[in-house]
Amino acid sequence: MITDFEILETMKMFNEQHLDIRTITMGISLMDCAASSVDECCNRIYDKIVRYAHDLVATGEAISRKYGVPIIHKRISVTPIAIVAAACNTSDYTPFAKTLDRAAKECGVNFVGGFSALVQKGYTNSDMKLINSIPEALASTDFVCSSINLASTRTGINMDAVGDMGRIIKKTAELTADRDALGCAKLVVFANAPEDNPFMAGAFLGPGEPECVINVGISGPGVVKHALESVKGADLGTVAETIKKAAFKITRVGELVAREASERLHVPFGIIDLSLAPTPAVGDSVARLLEEFGLEECGTWGTTAALAMLNDAVKKGGIMASSYVGGLSGAFIPVSEDEGMIAAAASGGLKLEKLEAMTCVCSVGLDMIAIPGDTTAETISGIIADEMALGTFNNKTTAVRLIPVPGKGVGDKVEFGGLLGYAPIMAVNKASCADFIHRGGRIPAPIHSMRN
Amino acid sequence: MDSDKNTAVISVIGKDRVGIIAGVATLLSENNINIKDISQTILDGIFTMIMMVDLQEHDIEKSDIIEKLNALGDELGVSITIQHTDLFNRMHRI
Repeated sequence: MITDFEILETMKMFNEQHLDIRTITMGISLMDCAASSVDECCNRIYDKIVRYAHDLVATGEAISRKYGVPIIHKRISVTPIAIVAAACNTSDYTPFAKTLDRAAKECGVNFVGGFSALVQKGYTNSDMKLINSIPEALASTDFVCSSINLASTRTGINMDAVGDMGRIIKKTAELTADRDALGCAKLVVFANAPEDNPFMAGAFLGPGEPECVINVGISGPGVVKHALESVKGADLGTVAETIKKAAFKITRVGELVAREASERLHVPFGIIDLSLAPTPAVGDSVARLLEEFGLEECGTWGTTAALAMLNDAVKKGGIMASSYVGGLSGAFIPVSEDEGMIAAAASGGLKLEKLEAMTCVCSVGLDMIAIPGDTTAETISGIIADEMALGTFNNKTTAVRLIPVPGKGVGDKVEFGGLLGYAPIMAVNKASCADFIHRGGRIPAPIHSMRN
Repeated sequence: MDSDKNTAVISVIGKDRVGIIAGVATLLSENNINIKDISQTILDGIFTMIMMVDLQEHDIEKSDIIEKLNALGDELGVSITIQHTDLFNRMHRI
């Protein structure tokens, strides 16, 4: 028998602590859509997505009604377009992005991920075409997200691609300058990108994934913070235990929803991604959760240690709750999407360098950080290179989603609206790394990649 | 609570007043929903009632029971939610 206490605890999680299913993401393989004609390929892509995902939104809403659980987003991830479009006779991949956008709108989802390429070891011709099409593709669509995997522990870091992505990010910012470089919020570069991640902007369906799959992302920094409030002053072992219990409970909700969605849509269940994904709403912040450990402001000494423990305990609690935990799973530390991060960045206490240190132990990387519009492409590539090195050499996923806002500098603010939030422009070290980036080539895989 | 049964938890939270239980019970009986268990307390000065109900043939997501309960909640000045019991079983039991 479930007790009244347990029922009230669950209700408070949803009503007061912002627990939600952040996304049900349907992964759809587009491998069989290849054609030499662009029109034919686009038609196949559109038809397949709409055929598979037309019930996705209605199913999400029905499950939400049954359990009284908020399901915020329904999304689609697809096979990297650089693979799907490789056979087409064209050098401009923008039509594929427009097709994805049209299909997303028809299905009623609010993002589709997979305008992507995996170039950790080198470019195919198609990868190159896709990357060059990114600025126009993101400027001319609303719901398409793009991600590029630049590095992996197995292969090392493709520094040519790191150099190119600095320029692509700048160009994307320029083409969407009228919207405060919003295009860059839909573009992320990875090291060790997971192939089953349901969260945007990095979601795509990897080549090793099935025909169609349901992956669910669940969030709840507020729940964990609330749990920690009940153990104020307790030792860190108790804190870890408390986080694990909270993570267990929220992952179980995710699994319930994922299994039900999978059954109703007749699509196999892939993974649960338990990520503490903040929103700009008060009470839904990872920074405030870190402060609950006993830190005056996120970014001060001790932040990295607290984050390491949080990220690890979340994974451990999640692993107990579902056999199929995957994706990114851990704690996200975006700046613009987190009320506490925004406050710490605005006060000057949280700097880019500290955020970089934090990405060594968080689940992803430098995320949703607005930087001055006059930051050079090479400097952006340098920031990416450092972040790729952290991922590659520490055997973890890392990512970079930077927004160089044209015409704005340190002291200015940028507003993206909705879940993307707003952010103060953060200062960037201006000493040049251009000669390093211009060397190009490939940084060899680290010694511990040799695990055969 | 048996997870394979079509049961739900209805929770009513808000300021205490005359007629809350009567109102909810009447609505449920009009909709042929059987109350299996009720507990009611005043928690931190707030009226809190939890009901276990047997939905019988009702389908929460397809019927308009959510809307009816919401409307009644507005009338009584309390918040009323209905959630399938599988949620609680999943979350709190291994």
